[in-house]
Amino acid sequence: MPDLLSLLIWLPILAGVLVLLLGERNVALGRWIALAASVATLLLCLPVLSHFDSSSAALQLPVKLAWIPRFNACYALGVDGISLPLVVLTAFITIPVVIAAWTVIEARAAQYYAAFLIMEGLMIGVFCATDALLFYFFWEAMLIPMFLIIGIWGGPRRVYATIKFFLYTFLGSVFMLTALIYMYVKAGDYSIASFQALPLTLTEQRWIFFAFFAAFAVKVPMWPVHTWLPDAHVEAPTGGSVVLAAIMLKMGGYGFLRFNLPITPDASRELDLFVIALSLIAVVYIGFVALVQQDMKKLIAYSSIAHMGFVTLGAFVVYEIVRNTGALQGAGMGMDGAMVQMISHGLVSGALFLCVGVLYDRVHSRQIADYGGVINTMPIFAAFMVLFALANTGLPGTSGFVGEFLVILASFKASFWYSLLAATTLILGAGYTLWLVKRVVFGPVANAKVAALTDLNGREFAVLAALAIAVLLIGAWPAPLLKIMQPTIHHLVDQAVASKIPL
Amino acid sequence: MPDTMMTWQGVAPAIPEIYLVAAICVILLVDVFAGQTRRSLTPTLTLVALAGGAAATVHYAAVTQRLVLFNGMYVADELAYVLKLAGFLVVAVGLLYSRDYLEERGILRGEYYVLTLTALLGIFVLVSANSMLTVYIGVELLALSVYALSAFDRESGVAAESAMKYFVLGAIASGALLYGMSMIYGMTGTLDLQALATLLHDPPNLGVIVGLVFIVVAIAFKLGAVPFHMWLPDVYQGTPTSVTLFIGTAPKIAYFALTLRLLAQGLGGTSVEWSQMLGALAVLTLVVGNLVAIVQTNLKRMLAYSTISNVGFIVLGFTAGTPGGYTAALYYTLIYILVALGSFGVILIASRKGFEADHLDHYKGLYKRDPLLALVMMMLMFSTAGVPPFVGFWAKLRIFQALWETNHFWLVVVAAAMSVVGAFYYLRVIKLMYFDAPPAEYPPPQHSAGVRMALGINAAAVLLLGILPGPLLDLCARLIR
Repeated sequence: MPDLLSLLIWLPILAGVLVLLLGERNVALGRWIALAASVATLLLCLPVLSHFDSSSAALQLPVKLAWIPRFNACYALGVDGISLPLVVLTAFITIPVVIAAWTVIEARAAQYYAAFLIMEGLMIGVFCATDALLFYFFWEAMLIPMFLIIGIWGGPRRVYATIKFFLYTFLGSVFMLTALIYMYVKAGDYSIASFQALPLTLTEQRWIFFAFFAAFAVKVPMWPVHTWLPDAHVEAPTGGSVVLAAIMLKMGGYGFLRFNLPITPDASRELDLFVIALSLIAVVYIGFVALVQQDMKKLIAYSSIAHMGFVTLGAFVVYEIVRNTGALQGAGMGMDGAMVQMISHGLVSGALFLCVGVLYDRVHSRQIADYGGVINTMPIFAAFMVLFALANTGLPGTSGFVGEFLVILASFKASFWYSLLAATTLILGAGYTLWLVKRVVFGPVANAKVAALTDLNGREFAVLAALAIAVLLIGAWPAPLLKIMQPTIHHLVDQAVASKIPL
Repeated sequence: MPDTMMTWQGVAPAIPEIYLVAAICVILLVDVFAGQTRRSLTPTLTLVALAGGAAATVHYAAVTQRLVLFNGMYVADELAYVLKLAGFLVVAVGLLYSRDYLEERGILRGEYYVLTLTALLGIFVLVSANSMLTVYIGVELLALSVYALSAFDRESGVAAESAMKYFVLGAIASGALLYGMSMIYGMTGTLDLQALATLLHDPPNLGVIVGLVFIVVAIAFKLGAVPFHMWLPDVYQGTPTSVTLFIGTAPKIAYFALTLRLLAQGLGGTSVEWSQMLGALAVLTLVVGNLVAIVQTNLKRMLAYSTISNVGFIVLGFTAGTPGGYTAALYYTLIYILVALGSFGVILIASRKGFEADHLDHYKGLYKRDPLLALVMMMLMFSTAGVPPFVGFWAKLRIFQALWETNHFWLVVVAAAMSVVGAFYYLRVIKLMYFDAPPAEYPPPQHSAGVRMALGINAAAVLLLGILPGPLLDLCARLIR
């Protein structure tokens, strides 16, 4: 069997290099290559899914080649129940990004497609790497295309936003790197599995926990290190915002599940209230912040932070559940919710940013006040926007409902107060999202620009329709997704509650 | 004494030095007779001589075990062999980048090439030094050649000023080195580094410590570690860029060897003492180098402070005081040289007759004017910042690893935090090149295709060594052992 995971990583990267080499003169060809490569990457996920044994928690489709023998670092890949859905999400989201740029990006278009393709490969690499050094390699390398995407194709304050984005992430990552090297010195190799098996004292675990926390909390982002996100989102081009919200934030959540919980279980148990508190602040406080935003992209950015709060809440609530019930049964529900929430938020926030992009391409404004009554001139668009907005509020039947419901249910098992605070999102989320829709979409036509709007063209329709189908599918029938994740999450719960302190 | 007889076996390992002396004499004579009429002869001849030297070194001077020659004055080991080959390569590439630049400024003279070769000879002597006398001869031969090179553009007042500063401060450092060596000699009665290694034990007596302090000061000065770094920004900024390129690259090989031979090998018995001194120097160097680099507006000066901060990392490797640490320092030095070669090469190629592209603003919108140059510079900047997939990442990783192996917790934290600060000013260069619009009045830089290709290969090496760092890491580990 060919090495499918390597193909998933390197196909888009090589296609990106090819597009870059073809240059701006052959951009028409480059565009088609980009589309073909991104579609081919998604299609390659099908054999991966069919080879995936959803009854096992083991890493599947493993690849292991010597990379740096001196450090015992390997080019080691594999997928399990928490990385596979994220890989598929990454492959899926890149297609709308490529299509959405079709006629919109005019300056340096070949580089734009190349950057997104290369980034796609690197992001899939992050989710597939089972060697910590390889993981870090992809994790950091991915910053370079994103830095350029925001900096070159961004809005007026793009330079500030992109440097802030880069430095924030870099700061967090460097401390993670030092923690990885520390564990390498103790364990003798860089495989994530041997880090997970490495006995560590509580003091060591605390330091390592915070080193990882620095990297992942910035990426998620958690309050109070979230401030780079609204800036980056507002200034990034539509495609950049979509990838940021849909995939890059998920890397933080993925990191918590892959590194913090299994590698530092005792420190995680000790510090779970700290993470839960920050998550609840993100849900409640950032919810209020989102309410007062005047800029559509900023509003969705804050909404992303609040939604990602559910992911960290769901991941860390496991300890409180075990403390209360004494049983591992059902303790994984929070993590189930966190995973579904990540996938769902990837689709919904990506779709919302694409909606804003559609409006921005026509009116060149992101201010809510510049719109009103869009439904009169763009009825089809309005239907999509309302659907995604409702998914964002967690309406049953959409993907947003499943994740939030599971997390709230899990947090109720932990503490009534957690679930009470978490549930405020049902009000706040509905508040800011529906108010946004009310002001932008409904009402009488606000001004001449809105009156002159034309409805979606075929390209835009196809993009939004694909996302809408995915959102409704997961909302109506989440069982296959949950089934893929189940064994891995059971295994993760076992790892997360088992002590690693050497006796 | 193992070998007092002058047999072929006793001389062959010194072929690089002997060959270089002969080549210097030939080039000097050829240049005199070729005169001003055939100016391109000397540069070409020098490149041929360097290639021939590398070939002769590979053929005659390849050694597999450690040999001590010339009454214990000279050591030939695999480390010296590889560093000499690296010296040939680095100097050749540097001269290749510099040729057009020198011609445009009317300083394309034979003496420039001869001085470069004598500096290289000094580097070789240092790399193979096994006695404190040999160390001193190497240091002075290198330093005097570089002082003269700094002042080479005699029309330029800034160059003369910086050369003067370099010379005066360098003389003080040489004095400190000599004084420290004399103290050690007074206490132990030997100049031989191997003998010193067996004579000195922990804890050393006060006289040895005083001597050690002076030696550490001299080494810190040569490397450019804070607080002995004052000369470095002025010299980097003031001298012609081709000389900056030279100072910024090949001599680092020699100063790495100086630190290794003198401190780690000769004075290894006092490693507890000097590793504390180096630890303090490293922290100061990292903090000052990175913070001051942020406010620079001149690219050469910014790269000077960037050099200082990189020196901080190299010193950190020595601070670890283990073979792992020295390996890390060696690897970092080689990678730093590779990247510095490219960065100063970009400045040389972006410059034109009557226009020195040394200000950060000169790089605004470079992407539009010269995409290749901008791409190369971007790769080099990301590499120095330590972002994978470029090789600078592995250099930093190797240092962190050496520090963890010796449990230097706070040094790891400082180095990690400072590498984030460092990222900021490297990103700023990329921002200028890629995000800003180019000013109207700058014509595109023009340079020969060969030089541009060399620069492209240089950048490709930064990427390739970043993706597959294994072989070079193995080589460094084997050289230190």
